[in-house]
Amino acid sequence: MSIGVIVFPGSNCDRDVLWATQGCLGLPTRRIWHEETDLSGLDAVVLPGGFSYGDYLRCGAIARFAPALRSLVDFAAQGGRVLGICNGFQVLTELGLLPGALTRNRDLHFICEDAELTVASKRSAWLQGYAAGHLTLPIAHGEGRYQCSEETLKQLQDDEAIALRYGSNPNGSVHDIAGVTNRQGNVLGLMPHPERACDPATGGTDGRAMLQALLS
Amino acid sequence: MTVPRFQARVLVRLRPSVLDPAGEAARGAASRLGVDGISKLRIGKAVELEIEAADAAEARSQIELLSDRLFANPVIEDWSLELLDS
Repeated sequence: MSIGVIVFPGSNCDRDVLWATQGCLGLPTRRIWHEETDLSGLDAVVLPGGFSYGDYLRCGAIARFAPALRSLVDFAAQGGRVLGICNGFQVLTELGLLPGALTRNRDLHFICEDAELTVASKRSAWLQGYAAGHLTLPIAHGEGRYQCSEETLKQLQDDEAIALRYGSNPNGSVHDIAGVTNRQGNVLGLMPHPERACDPATGGTDGRAMLQALLS
Repeated sequence: MTVPRFQARVLVRLRPSVLDPAGEAARGAASRLGVDGISKLRIGKAVELEIEAADAAEARSQIELLSDRLFANPVIEDWSLELLDS
């Protein structure tokens, strides 16, 4: 049982994920350069936060064409768990593994603060560890305003695929959406950073249950 | 025999339904510059490129593919293509 963290040029949260999953939770984790295509032996893959390819063109637009992501599409289709955090969420929407898109925050500011979140659906494995139904995770993004068409929003609601909502909407996302899953539930994307809430030394451990779900 | 080269410009715009906070901020600055009466200001991107292709139809289809898959994200953006003379 092991986790892979895909590293793009410009990723900057890959080490944080490694520390959270392996250092704090003891889950075997290895980093995967974006040019690799071999995901064999992995049970879960994380796309970390950062600024892949400098956010050129659009956030995630160029990372989407990385060789590792061609393998990731097959990996996800076979039911492998995929977690996209922040820039990783943006990449997953560009890739088409998750619906919608992330756009410039309503008020243009880069927002770096703790966000109160509520669990909108426990249908997938990712959020079943949150009995209380709410959690606090840090957010740090300039382009986190979730957008989708009315039809997509209805589909998300019908599929119970809206995973997390902001308690107080920081960026103008439709329906306060902070994270969504695919219909099957094995792929989760979210703007907040669970990996930054695993070590008590850095404030809070609310991210642990989500990362535990990578291998549960 | 040389392969024909085509020049093109692709304009990428946010869909009308998508809020453009950068455009709104620029509109506010225009007003502070003393230019009033701007009822709409939206910011997009222009991609200028040259491409070799057998003919204009092939150039167009290649650039349409690029526009749909790379230059624009159809969830939030529209695009238009202007194929210029080679």
